[in-house]
Amino acid sequence: MAPQLPGISLTALPGAVPAWCAAVDTRQWRSGCEAAVRAGARLAALWASDERDAGGGYAVRALYVLFEGLACLELALPERDPRYPDLSDLYPCAGRMQRAAFDLVGVRAATPEGAAPDTRGWLRHGAWRETAFPLRRDVSLAAALEPADPRYAFVQVAGDGVHEIPVGPVHAGTIEPGHFRFSVVGEQVLRLEERLGYKHKGIEKRFASLTLEEGARLAARVSGDSTVAYGWAYAMALEGLTGTRPGGRALLLRALLLERERIANHLGDLGALGNDGGLAFGLAQFSRLKEDLLRANARLFGHRYLMDRVVPGGVACDLPGAAAVEILEAGERLAEELRSLRAIYYDHSGLQDRCITCGRLAPRTAALLGVVGLAARASGHAMDARAHPGFAPYGELQPAVASHRNGDVAARIVVRFEEAFESLRLQRLILERLPDGPLRAPLGAARDGAFGIGWVEGWRGEVIVALQSGAHGRVRRCHPHDPSWQNWPALEYAVIGNIVPDFPLINKSFNLSYAGVDL
Amino acid sequence: MHKILFKIAQVGLRSEPAPAADDTLRQGAPRLNEEVLRLFGRALAIRHVDAGSCNGCELEINALNNPYYNLEGRGIKFVASPRHADLLLVTGPVSRNMEEALLRTYAAVPEPKLVVAVGDCGCDGGVFGENYASRGRVANVIAVDVAVPGCPPPPAAILQALVTAVTALAAAKR
Repeated sequence: MAPQLPGISLTALPGAVPAWCAAVDTRQWRSGCEAAVRAGARLAALWASDERDAGGGYAVRALYVLFEGLACLELALPERDPRYPDLSDLYPCAGRMQRAAFDLVGVRAATPEGAAPDTRGWLRHGAWRETAFPLRRDVSLAAALEPADPRYAFVQVAGDGVHEIPVGPVHAGTIEPGHFRFSVVGEQVLRLEERLGYKHKGIEKRFASLTLEEGARLAARVSGDSTVAYGWAYAMALEGLTGTRPGGRALLLRALLLERERIANHLGDLGALGNDGGLAFGLAQFSRLKEDLLRANARLFGHRYLMDRVVPGGVACDLPGAAAVEILEAGERLAEELRSLRAIYYDHSGLQDRCITCGRLAPRTAALLGVVGLAARASGHAMDARAHPGFAPYGELQPAVASHRNGDVAARIVVRFEEAFESLRLQRLILERLPDGPLRAPLGAARDGAFGIGWVEGWRGEVIVALQSGAHGRVRRCHPHDPSWQNWPALEYAVIGNIVPDFPLINKSFNLSYAGVDL
Repeated sequence: MHKILFKIAQVGLRSEPAPAADDTLRQGAPRLNEEVLRLFGRALAIRHVDAGSCNGCELEINALNNPYYNLEGRGIKFVASPRHADLLLVTGPVSRNMEEALLRTYAAVPEPKLVVAVGDCGCDGGVFGENYASRGRVANVIAVDVAVPGCPPPPAAILQALVTAVTALAAAKR
């Protein structure tokens, strides 16, 4: 049943997840957003596009997650002075997405009083000027844009003894680049401000130079640690807009790959969290277990991280019967190891002392910020797109949703352990019921201007791909959305009042993607 | 405590032998003399810089630190500052937003220094290529000694590239 947004008539989008779309006017853009707030919806994504070649001006889209499913509201904007009503007062997570939309397309969020509260550049840094908009169609992919002044006005914190600690973009460990500006008194963090966008490498523009099938390979590299989730979300969007239905075997194999990606990442994080908490033993053990899993992936599926195994129409790998036995036996051994390591983690007073109450994200803050995925579940919000609204084949698998109320580092560790066990259970279930059948369905034809959405619960949270086809089987516009958009601002809240040396531990407990949001 | 000790004893040693150097990964003749390379080969300090990757290569660099590859047992370790490093391990196509940070990090590494570019993107720009926001391969921004392809290259391949970087040309050794 379609969700109700007063005065807005929603049209159902074909595809694997319940989704609707509607063209709205400026007034409905705002009233639809207010209705979404009243309905308890989340803002999942916001992005803009250049529609001048199609006889329009520009367009901005907001995607909401309502109880019934996804609702995408599209607002057409004039070519001259493209402005749209700011949503960041209703959904704080809209702020950075609106800034990115301006940097790329030049459409500006505005309030009745004037500009949106924050109009600082987000993606462009020094690579291009405020007057250039690379995602416009009259700017070529290879355009040499004039560099700009890269300075950024961080929010200043004043007071007796307050000082700043700038960190990054190059960090002390093997992690992605980003800048963290701490305002501290002594050891205590008063405020953290993140500045991301360092990895912006023109992914959305690159999509528009590819065919719909080629786009799958790029989607799989938006955030390498979630390659299965992105690959699946892209395939789901493309299958939706072409009316393609993957077979039962292909869908269950996708779920198998997605759960193995979840297990691998949770193992890596559990090890790194032990290490950051002073228990190097944990890193040695969990990284060993992760390596065993990755090697099995390479042997059975042809890639350690399962890149390009999910393809539009199905999967690019099969599972021989003998391999199922191997996976089941390895799964039993891994569960046994996990039980023994969990007992060690939970009994280790030094580790518990570092993790309990550390980096707490209160359930109410998580809800206000629209936090998603693992971090939301550890802060009392048991949301998981696999369970609700569910997408095939998860309806028949009935995944249990792990959750915790405390919202601290310890809670995010507990949720990871529980999800790893649940993924092992799902893996067993998948292998027991894997039917015979084709691995890949032929893709249907893509109409020029067709729109499809993919929505997959990756290990970090919901991964969304909004895809529009162009003429001759090409990508017109593709917007991949990482759960980190919503969760990065939550990290700024979670560290308030903590000490600076606990930041690496808190940061790792969220383990957010830089590549996924920098695009 | 006994559970930890029991686990360590139960798991035992998992380390595997390192791969040999591979001259095909070189981006030209070694720039450093054999004596320096020999010293580096005994205690190599690495600074990793992600210049714009998808984070897949970071997963494999992290995996390189797991017990199977016994990195520190070979005298190789990752350090927190470029000023402590002998070698820069660079991933990604170099985004224009990271270009200056990469140049500054490179400048901060004391001479003599080595650079290893990691992954298809580091080698040739990969799926992202060169565009308004990407400078493409690492060699477009700083001098590269050894480049290891792969998407992402597995830990053993990255280790092989590191071993190659600190080994004199096979021909020169004879």
